Amino acid sequence: MLAAAAGGRHALLTAPTGAGKTLAGFLPTLAELATSDHEGLHTLYISPLKALAVDVQRNLLTPIGEMGLAITVETRTGDTPSDRKARQKARPPQILLTTPESLAILLSAPESAAMMAGVRRVIIDEIHAFGTTKRGDQLSLCLARLQKLAPALQRVGLSATISDPESWAGWLAPDADAGAVQIVRAEGGADPRIEILVIDDRIPWGGHNGRWAARAVMQQIAAARLAIVFVNTRAVAELVFRDLWAENDEALPIGIHHGSLAPEARRKVEAAMAAGRLRAIVATASLDLGLDWGDVDLVIQMGAPKGASRLLQRTGRANHRMDEASRCLIVPGNRFEYLEALAARDAVAAGELDPDGFRPGGLDVLAQHVVGLVAAAPVHPQALYDEVKSAAPYAGLTRDVFDRVLDYAATGGYALKAYERYQRIVTGRDGLLRLRTPALARQWRMNSGTIVEAVAMNVVFGSGKSSRHGRRLGQVEEYFAGQLRVGDSFMFAGQVLEVTGFDGADIHVRMGRGSPKVPVYAGGRMPMTTRLARRVRGLMNDRTRWAGMPDDVREWLAIQDRVSQLPGLDDVLVETFARDGRWYMLVYGFAGHPAHQTLGMLLTQRMERAGLQPLGFVASDYAMACWSLEPVDDPRALFDPTVLEDELAQWLAASPFLRRAFREVAIIGGLIERMQPGVQKTGKAMSVSSDLIYDVLRRHEPDHLLLTAAWTDARGKLTDIARLAELLEQAHDRMSHVRAAHVTPLAVPSMLTIGRERVGEAADSALLREAEALIAEAMRVD
Amino acid sequence: MSVSFSFAGEACQPLASGALWWPAESTLFVADLHFEKASHQAARGWLLPPHATADTLANLIDAVEATAVQRLVCLGDSFHDRAGPDRLQPETRRALMMMTRNLDWWWITGNHDEDAAAVLGGRVMREARLGPLVLRHEADPADATPELSGHFHPKLVIRHRGRHIARRCFARSATKLILPAFGAFTGGLDVADPALQAALGGPAEALVLDGGRLLRFPVGCGPHA
Repeated sequence: MLAAAAGGRHALLTAPTGAGKTLAGFLPTLAELATSDHEGLHTLYISPLKALAVDVQRNLLTPIGEMGLAITVETRTGDTPSDRKARQKARPPQILLTTPESLAILLSAPESAAMMAGVRRVIIDEIHAFGTTKRGDQLSLCLARLQKLAPALQRVGLSATISDPESWAGWLAPDADAGAVQIVRAEGGADPRIEILVIDDRIPWGGHNGRWAARAVMQQIAAARLAIVFVNTRAVAELVFRDLWAENDEALPIGIHHGSLAPEARRKVEAAMAAGRLRAIVATASLDLGLDWGDVDLVIQMGAPKGASRLLQRTGRANHRMDEASRCLIVPGNRFEYLEALAARDAVAAGELDPDGFRPGGLDVLAQHVVGLVAAAPVHPQALYDEVKSAAPYAGLTRDVFDRVLDYAATGGYALKAYERYQRIVTGRDGLLRLRTPALARQWRMNSGTIVEAVAMNVVFGSGKSSRHGRRLGQVEEYFAGQLRVGDSFMFAGQVLEVTGFDGADIHVRMGRGSPKVPVYAGGRMPMTTRLARRVRGLMNDRTRWAGMPDDVREWLAIQDRVSQLPGLDDVLVETFARDGRWYMLVYGFAGHPAHQTLGMLLTQRMERAGLQPLGFVASDYAMACWSLEPVDDPRALFDPTVLEDELAQWLAASPFLRRAFREVAIIGGLIERMQPGVQKTGKAMSVSSDLIYDVLRRHEPDHLLLTAAWTDARGKLTDIARLAELLEQAHDRMSHVRAAHVTPLAVPSMLTIGRERVGEAADSALLREAEALIAEAMRVD
Repeated sequence: MSVSFSFAGEACQPLASGALWWPAESTLFVADLHFEKASHQAARGWLLPPHATADTLANLIDAVEATAVQRLVCLGDSFHDRAGPDRLQPETRRALMMMTRNLDWWWITGNHDEDAAAVLGGRVMREARLGPLVLRHEADPADATPELSGHFHPKLVIRHRGRHIARRCFARSATKLILPAFGAFTGGLDVADPALQAALGGPAEALVLDGGRLLRFPVGCGPHA
């Protein structure tokens, strides 16, 4: 690291957790500041978490104090008081620890040019965690601006072990020039110990998340010092937490931590953990990043890990010391998940991690950023284009698209003369872009950021007219809250809460009893990666591995082999059979849940047109199961990849995916005001609905920038079209069709989810009529 | 393909656009047009698509042409703010003024626009009576006379089979009928919201037009609520 710094090069350091990455990142800075004078800001440190920035500050001040250095270190996040923020601009510390969001706001201020002129280094921590997201897009654009303000700036990226450091070097470097980055690989410490929990050679048929093993997990917790129990979603966190407490005979202190809990609640749990007052904590990805939470000696992963990189990173949370092996125990939810767990363990052992999904930068993020830059200082469009193009995610940005983005940012993108007086950005006689009014800069600061939360309501404990009087427990999404009535109970933060009333954006609750609902959150489930999918197929076909598997799994595979067929290494197995007067079709695509969900939509649409009368479908990471009144005699015909684009375009346009994506790009792109968290416009409905705006745009401005941006997001993120397209090609070329006499072993997990999951995607209209009939029937008094 | 329901002994036809047609009086009712909402927001830095007003007007013209209307009543908040009429595009202004000349046009004043629409022709009043009905912008809980109003932008929110469906609806109780917002950009208020329930003052139902059918949902109770 010191060598790279001395040579004036950028650097990317990859190292396992606990290897002292952060300190290594700061070493060149400390060395420079110790041996020379430097006025003003010298080094910027960017972390994805506010708490991490605070943590690092604490960790830095120790060696600085020990070395007797007079170096000033401060943090700047959304939590920093405004007077300190003002002082930081006027008299900055030498090292400033901040977040991407706070950096963006800082760079939108006119003082930023002076403040950043002397910056020598910018360190980005946990780069792998957010680099490929919109947050990463924004950060990359900010780096481009920093480089312009301080041309000699050295960039340093710190990352956990990743599969492709070269690509990350490209992301980090100005102009995506990976060669300008020195890659420093820290050799790993002890190999992780990953085990799979199997009890009595039995693995369940169906279900996810390993809740069946609560008792055994509790025993593991009791035998360890401090355990983190990772789950894949917030809803499951609540369920698992409850399950564990039901088995908690010794009343060991167990906490829960996820993104919808109030920050105070999360801080309390984190503090308890660090102070050694907890024995276990049930957590989602909210705890994924590298903070030093204390003496964790066991990581338990409930349900399949979905990716080898994720498994490795989570395992790394145990034993923050390099020399001791981190221990991880995977608890599979069903037999497929067992295979996935095994595949993940193999992948980690082989050092085969998951490729990162680099994508072109979001146009909505660019639009937001452009306004922020113009707020800082007048700028020429050409200079602006050159600057943003030097950010790796935007390396492929054409001048044409840039002009569209600029036009949108300035005018909203409409061809209407009447709107000229409302323009946000105006071009002066000197050819430079400026904001039309200072109020727009303030508005930008209030609404900047690339994270868009689903609309949420506050959960407030106790009565009282406002959340000032009650204790805020956290938030639930409006989607779930909309079905709650006074007297209903739901699970939250591990407790059963009963609704006592509503007040604007608040749900008032008290302790409750009985069978509670479990809040549903829109946050996506991560699908199984393609590499793991390949390995799972490999395991199914490698009979030498069967011997080492639990009896249940071995039996399952063996009978499948006899009764039907095992999925091959690269074919698509399709099974059809009749049951209870319905015809079922199982497609084992191993393409991940989103792709299978889209496949289900597509196939049932085609089946409808073919007169096969499809009734519904369910999707999992491994397979798609649909059922119909008529049998599918020629599945191959259904998989024709040629008209895919058109059908998908139609379906996507009508589905909620595009609208959801539009809401996000409309907020990030500055078309719609951001809902401040926990605040709802009460009384009259004066809010602007993104759905209605979407409809108007589709009608009048179908090529609008935000529609394009929404389309890109929906195609990529939500529906995994790429994986689906690949699956269709594969299915068309290499399909194995088995007409089974009855349900096959491999089909059982899917069959068990039918009835539990929502059934297909019938049109809104049909659902509405069905709901009316249902209610009318229920309310009948004869 | 028209559906109809009875309110205060009068046959009324709800239209898909959110208007209400009263054949006996050849009158069309619309509420909460919120003309020039987009330009109002644009002036504040939120560049919403400017087409909403034109769309709303087009829907209004469609409704007028589809019925043998002689009188058109706008139940308040016809403009998003008092200065709205000044921001109208010339063509829109002309079209509106032609309509106010050719029809018996009533602007009921709302809380947002008050009497701003007067410049465009037609009659402006806070409240009115028409046959057995009283017409006002916001429902008056103290008045037991059968009443037609707007203001609340009612919408039905249903969660069924894991899907969340929201539709503009008419909300009615024994003596009160609240129209949905006719304007293109106006968000809605859940019909189950306490404010709306209070306004309706008793057992109520939400009426949604779907395809050619009128669907009815009891409000404030039942598995969907």
